Amino acid sequence: MIQIRGLNKYFGSKHVLKDINCDIQKNEVVCIIGPSGSGKSTLLRCLNALEISSSGQIEVGSFVVTDPRTNLNKLRAYVGMVFQRFNLFPHKTVLQNIMIAPVKVSGLSKDQAEVIASDLLLRVGLSEKALSFPDELSGGQQQRVAIARALAMNPQILLFDEPTSALDPEMVGEVLEVMKSLAHSGKTMIIVTHEMGFAKEVSDRVIFMDQGQIVEQGTSQKIFQDADNERTRAFLSKVLKVH
Amino acid sequence: MFQGFRTEIIVEYWPLFAQGLWTTVQLTMVGIFFGTVLGLLLGVAKIAKKDFGPWKWILRFFVKLPANIYVSFFRGTPLFVQILLIHFALVPALIHPESGLLIQGELALFLKREYGAFISGALALSLNAAAYIAEIFRAGIQSIDRGQIEAARSLGLNYFDTMKDIVIPQAFRRMLPPLGNEAITLLKDSSLVSAIGLAELAYAARTAAGAYARYWEPYLFISVVYLILTMGLSYFVHCLEKRYQTP
Repeated sequence: MIQIRGLNKYFGSKHVLKDINCDIQKNEVVCIIGPSGSGKSTLLRCLNALEISSSGQIEVGSFVVTDPRTNLNKLRAYVGMVFQRFNLFPHKTVLQNIMIAPVKVSGLSKDQAEVIASDLLLRVGLSEKALSFPDELSGGQQQRVAIARALAMNPQILLFDEPTSALDPEMVGEVLEVMKSLAHSGKTMIIVTHEMGFAKEVSDRVIFMDQGQIVEQGTSQKIFQDADNERTRAFLSKVLKVH
Repeated sequence: MFQGFRTEIIVEYWPLFAQGLWTTVQLTMVGIFFGTVLGLLLGVAKIAKKDFGPWKWILRFFVKLPANIYVSFFRGTPLFVQILLIHFALVPALIHPESGLLIQGELALFLKREYGAFISGALALSLNAAAYIAEIFRAGIQSIDRGQIEAARSLGLNYFDTMKDIVIPQAFRRMLPPLGNEAITLLKDSSLVSAIGLAELAYAARTAAGAYARYWEPYLFISVVYLILTMGLSYFVHCLEKRYQTP
């Protein structure tokens, strides 16, 4: 489903992704963990070309992301993304936020798009908020709307960029619940997260990144209980102590 | 001095004042409309950017650079000079019975006779306002959080739809106060076109003043008229701001 070969990314002279190689299978749920500044988010953003990689090749489904001739708008409709800070459109209602991509990208009628949007709102448990504006919602509700919006194009792959990091602690659970149900429904998901408990529970595979490299990867059991690499163990013991 | 305020001067020249008021209003409306349209295009052109590929250079030299030169010129030279330049140099080059680059013959003759000063005045005010409005648009667009653009693009929306449906509606709200300012400036600056003989409010006052050698009455009168117009305009902008507030 996703193939990353020899991916490098520089911000100016800063080498933020160093020769990343990685494959992700269909229906796989992968969590990327690691200290901040390790390049997790940048890697995720390279996958839907929000960041342009400096060298290397990325294939997502049938799209060669790194080929300048690739139609990025089509690629992005195929890959949904959920952001740390939700990034809902504040001047549109919840329903309009979800409808905009089906209308503008797929050219569906407003009525058709509304059926899809209502359906998705039901799925994230927010049907009664359809006509509210984002600012009237709690952080957890906003992020659930953002997930519904990302699902509106029926993407085959979902990217989550620290989806619970901007939330108050009591709202983390409701968002993780929605993500869990998505994971069980068989979507391919790549999740950058600091929620170790969640990573342990839902992921088929955990990738540990540090200083722009993939240090270690394996099943969640392997990474959390029996990591090979010293850096992985040091990181995990540090974050797990806090929780 | 006020016991000698001769209202009959205003009354006698009333038709000229009324016509002048109408011309001022027309100039302002035309200026705001074309200034906004052109300003939007210029504002978008100023921030057009592509990170790689051939478009990078095309945008830089054929879109961004001309827009920057345009804005620098119209913000960096006096409006009064621009009006004279446009009326006596640019418009005759474009609209001329024999050698007009744009319009020639009968039509050119007709336009020049009937609307010559209005065309020049409206053109100068629009072009000048566009430069300021371009900066307002640029600042407004750039004030929108990058995350909004990323969210729209990550859904598959193209650049045009992202601008039209996501960025500009949000930027518009923030741009209303400075746009209102610009409209008021434009209304007041329209008095400068009296220099090319266009019969707007200031021209009417000058005519009345010249006929009677009285200056208080006509200039005080049009001051009040300008004040009413600008206050009306700022009230209108205020209403728009209220209407477009985020609920």
